[in-house]
Amino acid sequence: MSSLPHSARVQAFQGDDPMMGLARQGPSGRVGTRGGDGGSGPTDGDEQRGRVSPKTDHLEPEALEDVVIRFAGDSGDGMQLVGDRFTDVSAAFGNDLATMPNFPAEIRAPAGTIAGVSSFQVHISDHDIVTPGDMPSVLVAMNPAALHANIAELEPGGTLLVNSDAFDERNLHKVGYQASPLEDGSLVAYRVIQVPMTSITLEAAKPLGVKPREAERSKNFFALGLLSWMYTRPIDPTVAWIEERFAKRETVLAANLAAFKAGYHFGETAELMENSYEVAPARLEPGRYRNITGNLALAYGLVAASQQSRLPLLYASYPITPASDILHELSKHKNFGVRTLQAEDEIAAIGVAIGAAFTGQLGVTATSGPGVDLKSEGMGLAISLELPLLIVDVQRGGPSTGLPTKTEQADLLLAMYGRHGEAPLPIVAARSPSHCFDAAFEAARIAIKYRTPVILLTDGYVANGAEPWLLPDVTALADISVPFASEPNHDGEFWPYLRDPETLARPWAIPGTPGLMHRIGGIEKEDGTGNVNYDPANHEHMVHVRAEKIARIARELPDVAVDDPDGASLLVLGWGSTWGAIQQGARQAREQGTNVATAHLMHLNPFPSNLGEVLARYERVLIPEMNLGQLSRLVRAEFLVDARTLSKVQGVPFRASEVEAAIEEMSR
Amino acid sequence: MSDDTSTATLSRKDFQSDQEIRWCPGCGDYSILAAVQLLLPDLGVKPENLVFVSGIGCAARFPYYMNVYGLHGIHGRAPAIATGVALARPDLDVWVIGGDGDMFSIGGNHLIHALRRNVNLTILMFNNQIYGLTKGQYSPTSEVGKVTKSSPFGSLDTPFNPISVTLGAEATFVARTHDLDRKHMVETFRRAHDHHGAAFVEVYQNCNVFNDGAFGAITNKEHRAEMLIELHDGEPIRFGADAELGVALNRFGECEIVTVADVGVDRLLVHDEHRGDPTLAFALSRLADRPTMPTPIGVFRDVARPTYEGEVQRQLVGAADRQGPGDLEALVGSGATWTVD
Repeated sequence: MSSLPHSARVQAFQGDDPMMGLARQGPSGRVGTRGGDGGSGPTDGDEQRGRVSPKTDHLEPEALEDVVIRFAGDSGDGMQLVGDRFTDVSAAFGNDLATMPNFPAEIRAPAGTIAGVSSFQVHISDHDIVTPGDMPSVLVAMNPAALHANIAELEPGGTLLVNSDAFDERNLHKVGYQASPLEDGSLVAYRVIQVPMTSITLEAAKPLGVKPREAERSKNFFALGLLSWMYTRPIDPTVAWIEERFAKRETVLAANLAAFKAGYHFGETAELMENSYEVAPARLEPGRYRNITGNLALAYGLVAASQQSRLPLLYASYPITPASDILHELSKHKNFGVRTLQAEDEIAAIGVAIGAAFTGQLGVTATSGPGVDLKSEGMGLAISLELPLLIVDVQRGGPSTGLPTKTEQADLLLAMYGRHGEAPLPIVAARSPSHCFDAAFEAARIAIKYRTPVILLTDGYVANGAEPWLLPDVTALADISVPFASEPNHDGEFWPYLRDPETLARPWAIPGTPGLMHRIGGIEKEDGTGNVNYDPANHEHMVHVRAEKIARIARELPDVAVDDPDGASLLVLGWGSTWGAIQQGARQAREQGTNVATAHLMHLNPFPSNLGEVLARYERVLIPEMNLGQLSRLVRAEFLVDARTLSKVQGVPFRASEVEAAIEEMSR
Repeated sequence: MSDDTSTATLSRKDFQSDQEIRWCPGCGDYSILAAVQLLLPDLGVKPENLVFVSGIGCAARFPYYMNVYGLHGIHGRAPAIATGVALARPDLDVWVIGGDGDMFSIGGNHLIHALRRNVNLTILMFNNQIYGLTKGQYSPTSEVGKVTKSSPFGSLDTPFNPISVTLGAEATFVARTHDLDRKHMVETFRRAHDHHGAAFVEVYQNCNVFNDGAFGAITNKEHRAEMLIELHDGEPIRFGADAELGVALNRFGECEIVTVADVGVDRLLVHDEHRGDPTLAFALSRLADRPTMPTPIGVFRDVARPTYEGEVQRQLVGAADRQGPGDLEALVGSGATWTVD
């Protein structure tokens, strides 16, 4: 039944009468094309995965290739929580997925206002996907503000699921609606499903003796239950999760469970739609998977780097959005020998990490926004001391406090140049949530091997976004350990700046080592001895040596890979979190018959050795960036390439369609 | 903190580096350096287990002159860097050296937090009440009205009282000494070093170029008896050539100078370094608000509290006992996973 083309299906639905205020316009999500059995996914494994199929007189679930759902409500409505839950269940079900949380900086902006709207978008699919989706095909709006803030992005013909109880005069008035959009015909382009979520939730909780005020807060679980039915998500894992999560609060547990089940049963029995939908498991690369956010993957990458370098991890940071979750995570793993310190400020945090590095540990600090500015001083010291250090910058919108919870990539030039003096350091960037693991490991490897601070750039989008992660074989991770100095290295003396001739790294002699006592500092020093030295020629030499040490890292970096199946003349070059949108944008352009090549940088300083040659091969170069063209400037300066910038600085990631449009435009 | 008998043969020279000392001739820093280098052989700590961390300023050059591990950091950040050293390696013997600008101006925040955390550090603050390295601006401990290059009409800033500040910052050890009394310095530094936790010592230090004689009214030999009030644990606080003066509490709980003959010995305040409540120590710190009045020196406070790094270590060991050693494979595969065939 699902083999009908999309347009035909829309036609078929449009003839139906609205029911309970719902106007049917078609299924939400892309209709599957893999045969007419209605459930085109693997059938054998489904029961084991705990999939519950609605067993009613409804039709069998209809197969969709993918669907993009956005949960939106007040920041107190628990949208992030149910979004996460829906994601985890979908991940365990075997879908490929990508998520995009979007929440205000205020913990609780005034209820019912646009400023307080929090949303969580999840894209689930039966095939390999790389973005959270351009526009949702399903929007769950818990109140008028959530509707107002998100409706413009809902796909035409998409499904709008609203909590009709919240559409009272007061809430409508708060966001400037003169009349209820549910009644004034302004939503005819969508398939609107009105459900009195609050009242049904209250009703469900009534027999449990839960106070109405408390019960009302469970309505997010009603929405989750309803969506779980609509998209045939397994319910057992969520029931188990609720029972565990709220184990200590009996009444809350009972209310949430009742609301979740009420939502699920409501979908089953209310005949809101002819059938539920199913997004079959994706055919991903074989292996064991889990769902992971960027910050979590980054924390694991640091633990892995600590193990593989045999250096205890000391992580010091000051709480700052969106980097704090790394601190939260690492503080749990003390049995790995991980020490965490919540510092008094950003400057102290990097100072503590430098102190740890001096003693022979893996010193790491992380921050975002203005915190990066404050750490510049410490980075300069670490450059002068030539000690390993990792600085994680989870980029957010700036300048100043800017957009604390929104994403941006505008710190590249800061990472590159944001210190006084000639103060070069390597820069590594993560391209997706799970890639944060690899990027953290690589950044630590470079820091340790070359005895240099390294900046690892992620951003709010990859930090909070999630995707399935093919678990790495941790036994196959590289050994990134280096020996500490143990003997005098110059005529019976120890010279702290006597360098390795290949890497130019200086010896790392740690306190406690007899005979190697030495003093280092931020004052210019003589190469070799490390003694304080103000000689003009020595300073010039040291400036060049420090630059050359970083430049030489390129010798061992892998070439940047180019994906160019059709021999294109246009190259799209990216870095960091634009990877998904660029990949998907290029796929869509190729589907339209446009030839385009892509390449993505993980190493921003130094660049891979072949980058200049790659750029020279293409007539045109397009660089999409969430800034005003920072990589473009670097590439132009370095390679004299007339790269064009596709810029977006809205605090939200690129849509694939935006990249695709730019590709099409440059290909004309 | 004795390593083993191999430290028994160490002498002052073993702690002197080969670097030429570049402080101005006549600077008080020389005598402080000498006091530290005299003390160290006595402590039974191997040179390789000593780490001296400093910030920026004249005092902060100190590590370069010590044949131990040294880190000359950035202005104000020494307590933070030293916290990292001590936290990472509780086996090390970590000292922090800085001046009044380094520790009470740009680094004030790091100092108070290192103190409240009780990181096991020996912190020596050389207070000369002036910015020396930048050639003579008023400092956060300069007196009001101080005429300097940056305050030609007199400084308007109320100064910090370093002892009051550090007591307020929950320091577990607070002491004061001065650069003209080597014996007192050595003994005070020894006490600070032996303290398990953050030990703060204010050292009145003469800057003979930019603030010469700032402490002369109390530290010059001829004034000491009347102007320095030596604190001794468990003893009534008395001073003067014939111990004719003393310190007593007035009806507001404030310290005041009294003549013993007038009030009787029983009214004198008996010094108690180990009192948990810092109120009396604070009252003593307020006795003189500038070094032209009778000023207490010695140990104001010495109380026991678990060290920060010790507690961190305890949590690590506890976690390893409860959860077993970290298993990376289990960590990355934690939570819900699924397999694609």
